[in-house]
Amino acid sequence: MIVLAAKRLVAMLLIMLVVSFILFSLFEADKMAVAGKVLGPYSSVEQREIWLSQNGYNEPFFTRYTQWIGGALHGNFGDSLQYKVPVSELLTDRLKNTGILALVFFLIMIPLSLTLGVLAGMKEGSWMDRVISVFSVLTTSIPEFVTATFLTGLFVYTWHLLPGTSSMTGGFSWKEMILPVAVLVIYDFGYVTRMTRASMAEVMTSQYIRTAVLKGLPYKRVIMRHALRNALIAPFTVIVLQLNWLLSGLVVVEVFFAYKGFGYLLVDAALFGDIYVIEACVMVAVFVAVFSQFISDIGYTLLNPRIRFS
Amino acid sequence: MSSTTAITPVLECKNVNISYYTRSGEVPAVIDFNLTLMPGESIGIVGESGCGKSTVALAIMNYMGKNGRVKSGQILFNGRDLQKMGDEELRRIRGSQISMVYQEPMASLNPSMKIGEQLIEVPLYHENVSEAEAAQRAKDMLAAVRLPDPQRIMDSYPHQISGGQQQRVVIAMALLSKPALLLLDEPTTALDVTVEAGIVQLIKDISKQFGTSMIYISHNLGLILETCDRITVMYSGEAVETGSVQTVFNEMRHPYTRGLFASIPLPGSNKNSRPLVPIRGQLPLPQNRPQGCYFGPRCDFFQAGRCDSKTGVHMQLVPNEERHDVRCVRFAEIDWANHRPVGLSGEQAEIGKVVLEVNHMKKYYTLKDSSMMALIKGKKVQYVKANEDINLIAHEAETVAIVGESGCGKSTFAKVLMGLEEATSGEVKLNSVDISQLPVEQRKAQMVSLLQMVFQNPFDTLNPSHTVGSQIARVIKKFGIEQDPDKINQRVMELLDLVKLPRDFARRRPRQLSGGQKQRIGIARAFAGRPALVVADEPVSALDVSVQAAVTGLLTDIQRNLKTTLLFISHDLSVVRYVSDRIVVMYLGRIMEQGTTDEIFNPPYHPYTEALLSAIPIADTSVKKRHIVLEGELPSPVNPPSGCPFQTRCPRKVGALCETQMPPLQQTETGHAILCHIPLSELSKVEQVIQVDAA
Amino acid sequence: MTDSVKFDNELPAKRESRVKRFFKVLALMRESPVGMIGLLIILFWVVMAILAPFLPLYDPNAIMAPFQKIGAHAPDGGTFWLGTDHKGRDILSRIIWGAQKVLVWATFATFVAYVVGMMMGVLAGYKGGWADEIVSFIANIFLSFPFIILCIIIVATLGASGWTVVVAVTFASAPQIMRIVRGLVLDLKTRDYIFAAQTRGETPWYIMLVELLPNARGPLIVDACLRLGYTVVAIATLGFLGLGLPPPDPDWGLMLKEAVPLGAFAGHTMYLPAAALASLILGFNLLADGLREISLRD
Repeated sequence: MIVLAAKRLVAMLLIMLVVSFILFSLFEADKMAVAGKVLGPYSSVEQREIWLSQNGYNEPFFTRYTQWIGGALHGNFGDSLQYKVPVSELLTDRLKNTGILALVFFLIMIPLSLTLGVLAGMKEGSWMDRVISVFSVLTTSIPEFVTATFLTGLFVYTWHLLPGTSSMTGGFSWKEMILPVAVLVIYDFGYVTRMTRASMAEVMTSQYIRTAVLKGLPYKRVIMRHALRNALIAPFTVIVLQLNWLLSGLVVVEVFFAYKGFGYLLVDAALFGDIYVIEACVMVAVFVAVFSQFISDIGYTLLNPRIRFS
Repeated sequence: MSSTTAITPVLECKNVNISYYTRSGEVPAVIDFNLTLMPGESIGIVGESGCGKSTVALAIMNYMGKNGRVKSGQILFNGRDLQKMGDEELRRIRGSQISMVYQEPMASLNPSMKIGEQLIEVPLYHENVSEAEAAQRAKDMLAAVRLPDPQRIMDSYPHQISGGQQQRVVIAMALLSKPALLLLDEPTTALDVTVEAGIVQLIKDISKQFGTSMIYISHNLGLILETCDRITVMYSGEAVETGSVQTVFNEMRHPYTRGLFASIPLPGSNKNSRPLVPIRGQLPLPQNRPQGCYFGPRCDFFQAGRCDSKTGVHMQLVPNEERHDVRCVRFAEIDWANHRPVGLSGEQAEIGKVVLEVNHMKKYYTLKDSSMMALIKGKKVQYVKANEDINLIAHEAETVAIVGESGCGKSTFAKVLMGLEEATSGEVKLNSVDISQLPVEQRKAQMVSLLQMVFQNPFDTLNPSHTVGSQIARVIKKFGIEQDPDKINQRVMELLDLVKLPRDFARRRPRQLSGGQKQRIGIARAFAGRPALVVADEPVSALDVSVQAAVTGLLTDIQRNLKTTLLFISHDLSVVRYVSDRIVVMYLGRIMEQGTTDEIFNPPYHPYTEALLSAIPIADTSVKKRHIVLEGELPSPVNPPSGCPFQTRCPRKVGALCETQMPPLQQTETGHAILCHIPLSELSKVEQVIQVDAA
Repeated sequence: MTDSVKFDNELPAKRESRVKRFFKVLALMRESPVGMIGLLIILFWVVMAILAPFLPLYDPNAIMAPFQKIGAHAPDGGTFWLGTDHKGRDILSRIIWGAQKVLVWATFATFVAYVVGMMMGVLAGYKGGWADEIVSFIANIFLSFPFIILCIIIVATLGASGWTVVVAVTFASAPQIMRIVRGLVLDLKTRDYIFAAQTRGETPWYIMLVELLPNARGPLIVDACLRLGYTVVAIATLGFLGLGLPPPDPDWGLMLKEAVPLGAFAGHTMYLPAAALASLILGFNLLADGLREISLRD
């Protein structure tokens, strides 16, 4: 168990290392281009060269890479080209906002999708199953910005109930949270629901559930004690891995509603060519993704006695 | 069926019809089924796959799934109709008065709950007892099913104990609230032979000790004989014969029952002089059942006009016999005494030169141990001694059987032969060429074609994506037997003739074939390259009894004609006794005994062989067997015991010597070899395990 | 004696032409109403995309009267069936040409991703050992990027174009396809017919391509269908973020991006492309669902 965790941890670090290297080579291998991005397209070659030597860019590539990694480990990613402030400052603020959005999202999505999934999977083919299944296919089929479009059209333009942007210029506002969270939940809950349903349905046809029923246990006990425990192992993994998906969704939703989060920052940086911000954002995103994979692997092992004790 | 006693039967099925409702319509699974089970009685239901025997069990439990339903008839438990009970009433009966033991113990236990909790539930939800009381009962019951250290078992998860132990737990669970009726659905099919023997013994003891009535469902007639008082034989959804075990086994009346007995290898049958007689044709699908008698098209006594009448065939009481019914219109007319069905007999081909010679072959697998303990101790690599010091010789036209339970190394041996694995040391000589270190990719096409294999599982022996013909043709092309497409096609046709399948099968895909037919194609494919040696890995164990006989017959017939050497790998000693000339008994990677079939089946025995022989269920009332039940579990090949591998379970263990020293190989002049500390002279004094009454 | 006498319960063995088999699959689809609806939606868009050059449509990039309502009269006497956008371009024409563009690129990108992913998966699953470790590690690296973020990086380095989308989709999808194929192969390779092929000395490539892959096609067809849907989403999302296929050619995602801020007074400019996009993706998902349902039945 501990060995497994250690192995995963090493694999995780290795992946982070390789990703950082790829990232660095993509954006900073060509130093003239870097200088061009920093000083603007109309800067002269001389200006660029002066800038390069001043900022230590004439060191060999690997030296620069190790320096960059060293800085990154201390949270130093340089200054944003667009906002002229340290990237770390910018990022902490944006990450906090994104964190709030993600937290609210999970608090709503997890109970909702698990309940629906279990209800649907308990009796495969029942009307409840059909309704839930069809509904979850419909909602997952519509990408976030399309849902956002429809919701905005209705709640903002037609009924004037909610604000159309969530930039929170006047401080934190729950009202501005509603639409972004709703869009994320509508898009994501279907997937988890379907996974939970499939897992539950599979467990319900298993032989040990037959044993439990034919033992004469009350239906409630069969479901609560025998089925749920086994049926929720798979959705757990899915929910944790959902973080990876959620990051994509967050990017879209934040851009749509101008929510000042990490995803908005990234797209903004990509459009502006703000390479230091891109690097920092991607490193953070990959860390979150890899770490969630790690948690899901460990959690799966802990939840599953068959693996835990072998 | 008139019962003269006033006692109500525990279970009574009256004209029960069960159907499944699928998209393509109603599929009758069980038709006109009757059964009466008196208190303390045990009934065996026997039949081939798809005959409806498991459906009967699930119908009794009233657990038919979404699309199954008892269409008509009554199932009465202690006189009350189970179909008419409400959910709550049914729940009270299930697990407390009727309980069930399943085929796959591992799948039947909840993987994420401790065994203790799964057991305690039963008294807790059926009787008003405290948790402590329930736990005590569970522990007592575990001891009663002879599980060592009940407390440890209670605290374990199902995957932490062996298959045999799991099945004992399931049985304990079923007995916890002293049910009136116990249903056993193939309870030993998933287990090894010696473990099976222990479970069968336990089941017999239970019925005596608790007086529980039992329904024992099995495909194995031998097991029914050992455990039951009465038997019902089913065919294609119908009971065709029912009676006491003694009458049905000695004076069976239905042609199907006859056919079933003629197709199982019993002591006395012999592949050359007294071959098995398979039942021709195959089981009809439920949608294609013929009019009248369902067995009609396969029956030697079929009479148009009578056997295919529109009214169907009904159960009739055999006159002058007690509770013996037969579903056959002609049962009284058939002269069984003068009926001599003929099997595929032939002359034993002359045993020729040595084809395969294995000398001191070893195969070790390395196993990386990545646990914390191993890291600390620095012992990171462990060896699994899959094969240790294997010596054997096989001649032309000879059948050598390799027998053993799971983990004995028989499959590893086959892999080394085929070149899928390389031997760790020693020699494997095929026609005097050492191939032990030669993986299959490095062998020449001609060498590869000399050595072919027939696989165990008919369902994945053929690639579902390609036609049967193209799969055989590929072999012919690959081995360079023929190059010209027309000639290849011609050869494919000849091979189909060889395995007695119609030529148009070449265009079929595997899913259009039955299990037996697939296995025949597998045989055709193995013989396509004119091999000198064919390794048959459990070629019939996944097939139904009557099909088994046909496939075994075919295999031995082809072998006789082509003088091929056959290496027959099996766990089933009755089949092995029937097909082989010589037998090699393996246990935990070592050969424990080898000799001719006669030598193996007669003393001197290796104590393991002795136990193995005693464990074979034999469907013959005239056979007397000594019962030897092995204690303990099959050790894991990763952690074999010190000294003699069999010492942990050996009933004839001499003492400390067995634990410390590898026994010597004792050999007679004829080549009969036994790996044991006990001298041959002493082993010879042992009584015969299987004795056939002269009468 | 032999059981070769009668096989009346067996299926007739006939060779079918590909056309016939296609119709048989269609007939099978009839049994899944959900799948049928999906198929019809997809067929609708495919037909539209193919017919785009032949339909009497305005040039999708021609600038005419802005913000025309649905069914408004065009200055040249024609009709703007679905109105015009903020720049005065015909929305119907833009949607149909947009369909062509998204379908062509999505299909192409998915195909490339499949070729790469399948090769990787079969190699990793069948060979095992080092090949598996290396391929899986590479896959894990790309899987550790959230999809959109991987696309953003690639677009940021390569610039926006159809080819960039293909590269992005390949990098993002191939590892996932590889995982699925690897799992299927690991399961299939323990089958006896694979041992049979090995014991007659077939080369690994023959076994992988002829013996293994054809048996993995069922789940892969379902997955390919789903994945086409994802790719459509990805292309549209990139368009919406302003990182996709470059303007002015019609792109559904870009159309949405431009229309949403103006949605208050010209709702149809945003609802129409949104509906088009939702319907196409729904089509792929429903078809995948239907196919899965059918494949589970036999």
